[in-house]
Amino acid sequence: MQYLVLIYEDEKRFANGFSESEFAEYGAFGKTNAGVIKSGNALQPTGTAKTVRVRDSKTLTTDGPFAETKEQLGGFYLLEATSIDEAASIASAIPAARYGSVEVRPIMVFS
Amino acid sequence: MDDHHATVESVFRNESGRIIAGLIRVSHSFDLAEEAMQDAFAAAVVSWRAEGVPANPAAWITATARRKLIDYARREQTRRNKEDQLLYEYALRSIASEEEMSRPFEDDRLRLIFTCCHPAINKEAQIALTLRTLGGLTTPEIARAFLLPESTLAQRLVRAQRKIQQARIPYEVPAPDRLPERLSAVQAVLYLIFNEGYSASSGDNLVRRELCAEAIRLARTLTELTPDNPESMALLALMLLHDSRRDARSSRDGQLVTLEEQDRSLWHLDQIAEGTQLVERALGRRSAGPYQLQAAIAAVHAEARTAAETDWKQIAALYGILNASQGSPIVSLNHAVAIAMSESLERGLALIDSLGSSGELDSYHLYHAARADLLRRMGRYREALESYNHGLALTTNAVELRYLHRRISELDVLAS
Amino acid sequence: MRYMMLIYSQENETATPEQMSAIFAAHRAVLDETQHRGILRAADPLEASATATIVRVQEGEVLVTDGPFAETKEQLAGYYILDCEDLDEALAWAAKIPTGCAGAAGCVEVRPIRQMPTRVPVNG
Repeated sequence: MQYLVLIYEDEKRFANGFSESEFAEYGAFGKTNAGVIKSGNALQPTGTAKTVRVRDSKTLTTDGPFAETKEQLGGFYLLEATSIDEAASIASAIPAARYGSVEVRPIMVFS
Repeated sequence: MDDHHATVESVFRNESGRIIAGLIRVSHSFDLAEEAMQDAFAAAVVSWRAEGVPANPAAWITATARRKLIDYARREQTRRNKEDQLLYEYALRSIASEEEMSRPFEDDRLRLIFTCCHPAINKEAQIALTLRTLGGLTTPEIARAFLLPESTLAQRLVRAQRKIQQARIPYEVPAPDRLPERLSAVQAVLYLIFNEGYSASSGDNLVRRELCAEAIRLARTLTELTPDNPESMALLALMLLHDSRRDARSSRDGQLVTLEEQDRSLWHLDQIAEGTQLVERALGRRSAGPYQLQAAIAAVHAEARTAAETDWKQIAALYGILNASQGSPIVSLNHAVAIAMSESLERGLALIDSLGSSGELDSYHLYHAARADLLRRMGRYREALESYNHGLALTTNAVELRYLHRRISELDVLAS
Repeated sequence: MRYMMLIYSQENETATPEQMSAIFAAHRAVLDETQHRGILRAADPLEASATATIVRVQEGEVLVTDGPFAETKEQLAGYYILDCEDLDEALAWAAKIPTGCAGAAGCVEVRPIRQMPTRVPVNG
């Protein structure tokens, strides 16, 4: 079973780039869990986001993310785990879990 | 009510938790297990009337529900295409195996209680799910107890069950490193259920007694399932000791009777005896947790034959330890009251006032009531009146409102 | 350049079976076309937001609570990652991703993926 792990934290923390030690922590996290991490990426800050809506076949594009939140989506991992407990336990080792919130959502399986 | 009907109801109330726990294990599904169990109980109503109540009603229900599960699996099997056949045959074998179903039930209930009280489910849903699956309460009963529309509660249950299925909340006893934390979450849910019934924040008395009784039953089950956990023991003791006063807590006309004014001959001595014994056993183990301390305090109150004989010194000491380990404004408030009663009213009042200065307790009606009570004992009636009125403005509970009104009218006479 | 397309739609809206199959067909079309062009990097649908769980670590303690992270009018329902030439191409694809039943509210947020000096955990 796969879980999408969404990382939310205050992106102002990275306004001047990542700290080297935190960066190394992500590297170590990736290595330790290489067997269960199916993919993962960091996103550019929400200032780069555009939101697209299609209404009556017309495309409306606006600046900014879908919603303004206190913490912002900064990246994600796709994990393979047998239960929410296992997924949550892996997710708790992501450095962002200490600074922000990590949301774990099951990927939909079509039966 | 017909005899067989009453039997069906009592089996449902007392055995459904055990039965459904086993059915969930073999079917891997809350929905199917519940459907099968309900079908089995419906079949029992008909069959037991015609053929009489079987010697072991719970075993009859289990066997019937298991056959229903097999029927569902077959039904599903024919609906699905060939690729899924293997999977369903596997599931069918597991459900069909007598041996699998007759494995010890205790493990199943423990697994189920951890699943229902999983932290990924929100608290309200944990409570509802625990009462529904383990407590054998029906959705309308739970809705009535929490003063919620039935549809809201049903929705809450459906969402929680869907989450268990889709997010794969495991049906297992947590690993040893997570066990203490998860166990304390289970204890918290049971205590919330009890408090909801005991505090009578509003609503129907009868339903609320039912909640207390259910919480006690579940806490008892928890002590059977975790016999070495002193906090489980203490939780049961705490509930028993509080519940022992249920008949003395309100007068015939529904007035709140304070601990001090209660007719202690109305206390249930059997519950006090069991509770006290449990507290002693729990305290015999290592370090004292919060339930052990609270139960010990309740036991000290229960041991006093009259209010005047209450060992307030010991209570103050216990609150002191509780305050140091699990400090909360409410614990501090109780600590201050115990000091007022054991040392001096002035010292207690000074402590209460310094607690009040943080502002945290300002919207808590019992803070004002406790403060008023000390002022009344000191003969400072005008100030007491003022504090009771403060408390009055913050209370919604009808029983507590009546109590505060009584105090105010008493003081009106004294203060004038 | 890779872009993540986050699909937000109202999960409580009721779709007819016909509308559902129209949505599936629209996704299928985007998936097929992007795969054919070799720009599809990933795509997944998510279970409803009520199945979300939040994990936080405070003072070394792992706190697990019911999710989702934020209550919003529309909910994250799935995502695509497409390798596009530029933002305009990404926006054009985003407009083709269905976000709900015919005419119903919904949107797609497009965010560039951050290039890490070394590919941080693993790449998608």
